[in-house]
Formats: sequence, C-alpha cells, structure tokens
Amino acid sequence: MTNISLNFRIWRQRLQSSKGQFKDYSLKDISTDLSLLEALDKLNEELIKKGDRPINFDHDCREGICGSCGFLVNGQPHGPKDATTICQLYVRNFRDQSTLTLEPWKAKAFPIIQDLVVDRSSLDRLIMSGGYCSDDVGNAPDANLLKVSQKDAFSSFQTATCIGCGACIASCRNASASLFVAAKLAHLGQLPQGQLLRSKRTSQMKRQMVSENFGSCSNNLDCEAACPKEISANWISWMNHEDC
Amino acid sequence: MSFSLDPCLPLGTLEGGWERIQKRLPSIPLGKKNELLVVVVGGGLAGSSVAATLAEQGFQVKLITYQDSPRRSHSVAAQGGINAAKKMREDDCDGVNALFVDTVRGGDFRAREAGCRRLAEISSSIIDQCVAQGIPFARDYNGLLSTRRFGGALVSRTFYARGQTGQQLLYGAYQSLMRQVAKRRVELLPRRDVIEFIKLNGVIKGVVSRNLLNGDLEVYRAHAVILATGGYSNVYFLSTNSIKSNASAIWRAHKQGAFFANPSFTQIHPTCIPLGGDYQSKLTLMSESLRNDGRIWLPKQNHDKRDPSDISESERDYFLERLYPSYGNMVPRDVASRRAKELCDLGFGVGHDGRSVYLDFHDAIQRKGSQEIKSKYGNLLEMYERITGEDPLSTPMRIYPAPHYSMGGLWVDYNLMSTLPGLFVLGEANCTVHGANRLGANALLQCLADGYFIAPSSINSWLAGQTFLTTSREMEDACQDALESAKERIDNLINVRGDIPVDTLHRELGELMIKRCGIIRNESGLLAGLEEVRLLTQKFHQQVRIPSDIDCPNPELEKALRVADFLELAHLMLIDALSRKESCGAHFREEYQTTEGEAMRDDENYSHIAAWEYVRGSASIKHLENLSFSLLPLNKRSYK
Repeated sequence: MTNISLNFRIWRQRLQSSKGQFKDYSLKDISTDLSLLEALDKLNEELIKKGDRPINFDHDCREGICGSCGFLVNGQPHGPKDATTICQLYVRNFRDQSTLTLEPWKAKAFPIIQDLVVDRSSLDRLIMSGGYCSDDVGNAPDANLLKVSQKDAFSSFQTATCIGCGACIASCRNASASLFVAAKLAHLGQLPQGQLLRSKRTSQMKRQMVSENFGSCSNNLDCEAACPKEISANWISWMNHEDC
Repeated sequence: MSFSLDPCLPLGTLEGGWERIQKRLPSIPLGKKNELLVVVVGGGLAGSSVAATLAEQGFQVKLITYQDSPRRSHSVAAQGGINAAKKMREDDCDGVNALFVDTVRGGDFRAREAGCRRLAEISSSIIDQCVAQGIPFARDYNGLLSTRRFGGALVSRTFYARGQTGQQLLYGAYQSLMRQVAKRRVELLPRRDVIEFIKLNGVIKGVVSRNLLNGDLEVYRAHAVILATGGYSNVYFLSTNSIKSNASAIWRAHKQGAFFANPSFTQIHPTCIPLGGDYQSKLTLMSESLRNDGRIWLPKQNHDKRDPSDISESERDYFLERLYPSYGNMVPRDVASRRAKELCDLGFGVGHDGRSVYLDFHDAIQRKGSQEIKSKYGNLLEMYERITGEDPLSTPMRIYPAPHYSMGGLWVDYNLMSTLPGLFVLGEANCTVHGANRLGANALLQCLADGYFIAPSSINSWLAGQTFLTTSREMEDACQDALESAKERIDNLINVRGDIPVDTLHRELGELMIKRCGIIRNESGLLAGLEEVRLLTQKFHQQVRIPSDIDCPNPELEKALRVADFLELAHLMLIDALSRKESCGAHFREEYQTTEGEAMRDDENYSHIAAWEYVRGSASIKHLENLSFSLLPLNKRSYK
C-alpha cells in the first residue's frame, strides 16, 4: 500500500439558479487503495469539520451498476479508464501530485442541480416515450414458447446493459442521446417479444429525443469511447436503418 | 401484554391455497378503482413491479423514491439469478415441491410454510412475465431458457442474465412502470425520502416525504401505502448494500405501530471482496454463482504468508469440500460464512490482514478453458480486477463474508399487510419467506412474486372497503401532526451543531454491530453491544454536525436522519438476538451449537417469528407467530 497526494479543481454551485465557480482543494497522503469517491468522502469530512458545505455528487451502489455517478474528470466522462464508471476509479489510477478537474455533465438536457449533480430525468422521459414491451401482468405466454438463439439473446443483452448514466451524451459535442436510444431500441428490437411495437417505438423515441433538446448525431464516436458498458456506436447505424 | 399473531393463512391444504384465496377476492368496479389512490414507497424490483401492476388494473398510483430514477434502485446490483420451478421438459420432476423444500430448509425452519409454498407455486409465471417484457435471459443451444445451480440446492433452477440478472429484471419492471407513467396512471415522485406516516384512528392514511432538492415537507394521502424499501444491512456501515439503502421508512412505520419481525436475522454473504483500507465506504459482492466453478481453500498451515502459487495441492485445505462432502462449495451462505470466519480467527486466513479465503478458478479453467469462465462471469471478474488490481484468472480471488441481506423486516400477514391497517410491506422490507437464512436467488423471486402477483391481488380486499378521500377536520389534524413531528426531528438534528460528521458515527455503529451482532453472537457480547449503542446514540444526538442549509440539497441531513433510525434499530436487533436463545440459520449463538460446531435449533421453544411492538418510553414487547410445518418434517439441516 502506498500513499499519494492529489489536487482538485471542483465545480461548486449551490443551486441551479446560483452562479457557479471552480474551487481548489487538495488531499495529502491518501492511500492508493481508496476509490476516487472515497477520496471525495474524505475531503468532505474535512470540509464539514471546517464548517463548509460538502461537495455534492450523485452516487449509490459504488460498484458500477446503478448509473448514479458520473461527472467529468479532466474533461473526460467517468475519467481516464476505459469501460469504468467514476465509482470504480481508484486513487491508484492517478499519478502523485496530479490535478483533477471535476465538473458536472454539460448538456442542455441535463440542468445542474448542485455542484456535480445534474438532472437526468430527460432519460426517464425517453424510456417513457416507448422504451418498453407492452404486456400487462397475467397475459404472458409460456416463456419457452418463443425460442431465442444464443447469439440474439446475447446481442440483445449487451445493449440492455446500458446503465443510463448519461456519459454518451456528456461526451458528445452535440449532446446527442443517439447511443442511449439506439441501445434501448436494439435491446427490444432483437427479441421476438419486441417486434409488435418495433417501428412505433423507434419513431416515438426519436421524436422525444428532439423535444428534450438532445442534439443530433455527428458520427464522432465519442459516445462509444465514453460508455462504461462498452456499447458499440454501430447500434446508431442499426437504429438509422430501422423503419419508423 | 404479549399475544399470538394471526397470519390469516388460507384454510384447507397448503397446496393451491393461494389459488383458492384469489378466487374469493372481491372485485372492485373500474370506476371505483380510478378513485382509489395507492402510494408506493421505493422503486426497486418490488416497488416498480407493484406500482406498474396496480396501475394496469386501474388504480391511481404515486411512487416515491429517493433515487433520481427508479432504475437506480439497489435491485440493480443483484448478480446471480432468480429461482423458479419452471417445467423445462416433459419428464421434469415436481420442481415446485423441490423449491419449496429448499426454501424452508434453507431458512432453517423459521419461515412461514404457507408463504414458501406460494412462492414456489407462482415462481414459474414470474419467468413468463419477465420474458414477455423482453428480459434477455441466457439461452441454451436450442434457444430455450438456460439455468444454473446455486448454493443450498442440488438442482439447477436459477435463471440468469450473465452476472447482471437483477439489473435486467429491474429494467423490465422499470420499463413497465414508465409505460404507466406515460399513460398518467402512475405519478413518479423521485428524490424524496419518506420520513413520517399519517395515521388516523389507527389506520395508515398517507406519508410525509422530504423533497431532497428543496427541503420541502410534502403530504401524500392514500387509501393504502405500500413499503418496498429494501433491507437494512447498512446498519453495519460496511455492507454490500448501496450507500443510501436505509431502514427509515420501515423504522418510522414501526414506531407508529407496525411490528418488526426477527430484526436480528441478517445474512452475511460469504463471497465478497475483502476490506482494503480505512476510508472504505462499502464492500462489493462477488456473486455466489462463482462457487459453481471456484473452489474455496486456505493453507493447511496457519500464518502461511507464501504466495498462493507456492502452496502445493497437498498443503491446501479445501475446507468446505472436506466438511460437507455432498454440497461442498455449494453449502448455504450462513454455513460458508461461519466456516470462513472461524478459520480466519484461528490464523489460517490469507491477505494482508489475514481476513480472507481463496476462491480458486484454476481447476475450472483447466477443465473448461478460460474463455468459458470469462463468458460466464465476465463482468464479475472485471469488477474484481478493478477494485483489487489483481487478475482472478491467474491469482486466486480473495473473498470474505460481508453483511448482505436482512431476512428480518416488518411483520406481515399472508396478504402482506402489516399490523398497521392500510400499510403493506413487500420484498426485503418484510419478513415472510426467508426464515433465518435466505436461499441464493430467492431474493429477486420474492420481490417479483410480491410485486407482480401477490400484493396486486391481496390489496383488493383492503381497498374494496375504502371510501373516497374526503377532507375532514380529523384528517387535517392527522396530517398536521405528522408534518410537525417530521419538522421537529429535522430541527433537532440541525440544532445539535456538534463537531463529528455523520459518517464517522455511522462507521462506529457498524464496527460495534459486526463485532457484537455479526456472524457469531453470544450473550455477553450482545449485552455489551446494548450499552455501546446507548452511548453512541447519546454521542450522536450531542455531537453530530450537519451543514445548516435546508432549502437546497443537503446530503448530510439525509444521512443523519437515516443514521438516527439505524441507531434505534441496532438496539432492537441486539434485544432480539439476546432473546432468541438458540442458533438457527444466520443467527448463530455460540452457547447453542452441536459438538461439531453446527447451529443447534430449539424447536420446542423458538419455532416462531418474534414480532416486536414499539412502546414509547419503555421496553419493546415481543409477540409470537408460532410456526408449524405440515408438509415437511422439522429436521436438522444437514449439508454433509
């Protein structure tokens, strides 16, 4: 176990309506076995003892699956490590004495709530607009009536692993939600259960993207690079071939 | 005064009892359903599924969650799978009975038999429902659903979607829920904590929640309230639960009159990533399904500091295979955890602090190839590597038990209603089918059974008797009382203006609880724990420091409200553990063990669910629900 020191430049903003600014902090002599969020916990303890307002950031499961956490580390969504959410970054992933700039997701569709916390309810509204198979409880046929090949089931599963963190949108210069929507369309569109409403789902979700102020896709593939679940941007082309 | 509780079990035989009850449920005309309002607290598997299903039936639903979206709820982190007695081939034996028997035995005969029977009977329709929603379960070569084996079972009946089954099931329920939100049948109320209940003439009539964005206290009236708020393992601070998982809603309901059942029954999961350092905020679970292919071992020599690759086969002790030849590495969780702890206590443990055991995939890789192991457990192996910096395919994984699941919870009858009329409790928050130890892959099953099938039916009997919401003077007063008590609690905490952050005190509580009320318990430790909790509670209310802004997000205040409740719950857990003078399942009292060190039940005196009633200003009263087993003889659990 080794210890290092880190400097932080963190975006502080009390309320959506208040003016924000960067503030500098540092943590001396912390264990490289800490996660980045645990380092922020430690920094917050120091702030609380001093009587300052602690830094607010979204987090919950801290094992990379709930999709709560997410901010920019030196401009990169979820930081420098591939296929990793913020909560799975460790102090050992950074060099001694380096400076980390932490800022909230920047997108019109994600208004700031406080510090590093943004409002991602636009993603819920995208799902609301059609991201489901519709069947009331009690009407389901026997699960083995519909056979699904291993290949299709796995491909569908891979797109279904999207955790809704918003990194794809935060990484995109147009703040496009194309990868998020494509992943949902591909999850359901590759399964026999999802066929019934397939084209309706596509057109409704695409329309909702526009009305939520998400931009259009510019094929820069930053979304794929930022996705902690490594969902391929090829699904965006797949989506563009869908009838609607 | 203590009395026996009536769980309202179905009359006649257990088999098919649930079906018979359903046929006799009152039917509510659709016009009336539209006027009846149900508040659901919690947006996880149980909460999302019950809210969606009630809305499909025509009721008005409001769903309150502290998350920004129900998709974040902690059900998302469940890895391994979901059990179901689904007939896969014509010649399959009676899977329902096998699942029922394993659930009762796994729970060490401390669960309600009728509930376990019902769980097994409806399990198959849950898989049908999930597949219809588009859950991408694993498939076999013929395109049919594939299953794997889990701890405490000799058959393979666990359906899975790689190591992310909970995530996929939750998204299915969440999507069904969002479909109802779009139809305006469900109103979603995110970023709110329920901190008080509205009670009128002994009946629950609504909740008070705190808006986490602006601090407003809000009143939500309802004809019925459903709590699906999960478990309370965070009482131990370090647990596999998500950071914000809490007991506040069930604890507040308990203080209003809902009995709390078997609070000391908490499961310590054997396969978690061991503790790394001082500021660690949580422990991460590695699915128990890994035990299918991993072999658990320790060096035969204690304090052996050599690298695992330098320890030859003959110097290794595969202790679970040695002690339990028929179940081997697949013994139930409580047994595996206890054995690991005992050996570590004796100095056989590995890792920098000697508090872990090896889980080794070497043999499975030799047999099946590393590609197959990777495709089966991919995300788990990556997660392990990220956290520890070690590759589990070349060096054996190190694991150690960690608090994981609470079998205890609010007492509910067969209809899932608590002792407070109008208050229903679902999923991990209640206490029904898991007894003293939950079987692996039964948690997701219970959440969905409660949420999709049981509560949406059983709640009809209650709602049929409800009349439309009217505003009366009495009701206004009840709302005002609840609001004032919530406000007073917040003011009191803010006004302490001490100098200790909430987390520091929570960590202290966790350390004492795992020591006094963890894998192994004894009378003197539990008594000492009671005193320690008393002192810590005092310290908390005199020295906690919370930033005073209450009109904007204030995560420290959220935490403080939760920890204040955890402190009170910890006290009750210790009392319950003290009063159960036997060992059963996860509750292991040192004084009550066989000569071989196995749990020794006392069926004559403790074959019951202990349900505690809160009494203001005095000791809690214990009531009993006596358990009887008609389909299965009470026998000693043996996994030898």
